Amino acid sequence: MKIELPQVGESVTEGIIGRWLVSPGDRVEKYDPLVEVITDKVNLEMPSPATGTMSKIIAEEGETVPMGAVIAEMEVEGEEPGVGPDLNASLQKTAEVAEPPVIDRMGVLIKNMAPVGPTGSGGPSAPIETEGGGDRGRRYSPAVRRLAEQHGVDLALITGTGIGGRVTRADVQASIDSGARPVRSEGPDEARVPLTPLRRMIAQNMVKSTTEIPQAWSSVEVDVTGIVTFREAVKDEFRAREGVNLTYLAFALHAVAAALKENPLLNSSWDGDAILIKHRTNIGVAVAAPVGLLVPVIHDADKLTITGLALAVDSLSEKARQGKLSLENVQGGTFTVNNTGVLGSVVSRALVNYPQAAILTTEAIVKRPVVIDDAIAIRSIMNVGLTFDHRIVDGAEASAFTGSVKRHMEAMDHNTRI
Amino acid sequence: MREELARDERVFVIGEDVGRRGGVFLATDGFIDEFGEDRIIDTPLAESSIAGIALGAAMNGMRPICEIQFADFIWPTFNQLLGEAARARYGTEGKISVPLVARTPYGGGVRGGLYHSQSVEAFFSHSPGLKVVAPATPYDAKGLLKSAVRDDDPVIFLEHKRTYRLVRGEVPDEEYTVPLGEAEVKIKGEHISVITYGLMVHHCIEAARSLAGEGISAEVVDLRTLAPMDRGTVVSSVKKTGKALIVHEDTKTGGVGGEVSAVIAEEAFDYLDGPVVRLAGPDVPAMPFSPPLEAKFMLDTDKIAEAIRKLADY
Repeated sequence: MKIELPQVGESVTEGIIGRWLVSPGDRVEKYDPLVEVITDKVNLEMPSPATGTMSKIIAEEGETVPMGAVIAEMEVEGEEPGVGPDLNASLQKTAEVAEPPVIDRMGVLIKNMAPVGPTGSGGPSAPIETEGGGDRGRRYSPAVRRLAEQHGVDLALITGTGIGGRVTRADVQASIDSGARPVRSEGPDEARVPLTPLRRMIAQNMVKSTTEIPQAWSSVEVDVTGIVTFREAVKDEFRAREGVNLTYLAFALHAVAAALKENPLLNSSWDGDAILIKHRTNIGVAVAAPVGLLVPVIHDADKLTITGLALAVDSLSEKARQGKLSLENVQGGTFTVNNTGVLGSVVSRALVNYPQAAILTTEAIVKRPVVIDDAIAIRSIMNVGLTFDHRIVDGAEASAFTGSVKRHMEAMDHNTRI
Repeated sequence: MREELARDERVFVIGEDVGRRGGVFLATDGFIDEFGEDRIIDTPLAESSIAGIALGAAMNGMRPICEIQFADFIWPTFNQLLGEAARARYGTEGKISVPLVARTPYGGGVRGGLYHSQSVEAFFSHSPGLKVVAPATPYDAKGLLKSAVRDDDPVIFLEHKRTYRLVRGEVPDEEYTVPLGEAEVKIKGEHISVITYGLMVHHCIEAARSLAGEGISAEVVDLRTLAPMDRGTVVSSVKKTGKALIVHEDTKTGGVGGEVSAVIAEEAFDYLDGPVVRLAGPDVPAMPFSPPLEAKFMLDTDKIAEAIRKLADY
């Protein structure tokens, strides 16, 4: 039976074969992990659709494969070779019986799943660029390779127009002529570092964010003395009880979730001739993982307590660092919080996580002299920055939202229920 | 030929029916009256002696043009041409050269059957020391023939039978030559190089013109001289277009196309944007007589256009 790379989401058009966990000749049980597949920001292990013996591996490690392409063949036990049932059908069945459908690393790849954006943001009608499918193996002619090398063109980004989606010399030339690629090769005093799939993905999303979204930015000072004092008082006990740190981020997320409820326009995305307001408050949290920036999503963050948020952040960051995020963990985001404060930043202008409406940064908490009722006091101050899609909201709505976040955070103290 | 006979007394013509008959294709029509029996020599049906006499005369300072009536009958000259003529200059350290020209009509599509249709260029192109010329146009035929006569080495001069009557072209009255060893780009193009020679040049030009309407810009390179081959023109064309289709009527295996293909692979590999493709006659022993089978064997404009289209789309 032929094993295909199944469709995992509408916007996911291809996957990169990470590591084969089996070799030809190996006997595998149904649901045994076969291969690591890197799609967008998620690494998944693809389970075996049947019990049998691996007969052939077709897609090599590191190869970019379009969804639906045959990546391996296996001989199913009790069946003639080559007459096995369709993998997708069998996976579909798997998806129906598996409970829950996605469990960490043993991710079940299901066809026709809800769409997932490149950074985990959902958006049913967000325009998604698909790369030319059908080109098996991505073999490049000498002319194509030479031209690409000369001009520093990343061939993986080019849509082929030749037979079977082959990237032709003319395609590369067109890409060079369009001026979209840096036209330089490695000099004597520099090193050329090839992009990892994740790096490429981040780059694409950032370019998309800056080119498609007109972004404006504003920042407010938030007096978090109450939170600081409260947290100092309870953090050790919290740690002992919950097993995780009571982070400032958890307080901030709670305030953001509440503010989003009051300002639903910020929890939306641009849809060409309309604005799609999201009913669920799914907040993505930017995490600096060893492989690069990842944005796992806390679903229905507005329904969680501060404790719940602290636990969720801890669990998701840990998964992100270990490369164990599931598809579920990164999809469906409606808003993003970037805790730039942990990096020591006091002012940062983030880029909106496409196609969301806005991204909020929580900066480092700094003790500062501030004037209160004509007296000078030392207070703990945190800057909160908001970059927003100016097509969706204007300064007034954005400031109302940041004002709302500020109000919620400044109201937090030892009386706050966590 | 007439101009060269008049220009240089050392030039003479020898072959079957070249005298009174004026040549089977009338190439030497009237020559015997103009230049006399001493310089326009009819021979018995013995190709080996035609070539042998020419070889001996050439070694002794003459410039013979020998005519082998049909290329299909050239095999008995192999020893004289390959074994001796090709090697004389090399073997005598340059003391003896063999400035002979062996003209011979070749090629099919003329209902010539097994004995009047064959292409022989690959056999001679393989031998260093021989020059092999296959003109496609009247202009090139005259210019190249003059160069061949004046060349100090043996030249196999291949004239496609179908071009005798099928191809018309302007030929200037004034003196000119076309140098040996130089290909010519007959039609300039951007997307694909079509490398060919002889009769097929005309089919390739037709095909290229018909494809221009489809947005395919094909460059037609006429090799003109098969040995020594003009590698430079071939390579620079392929470097420009990135794709090469080689077209010849001769059978595929071991044909001139294989050599062109190898040159491209060696010298233009980094520029290739598609496989080097040969479109050639099928590997069957000889051009069949049966008209449908002959049509199947012969390449034509449609077959060439289809091959260009396929490679251009690659």
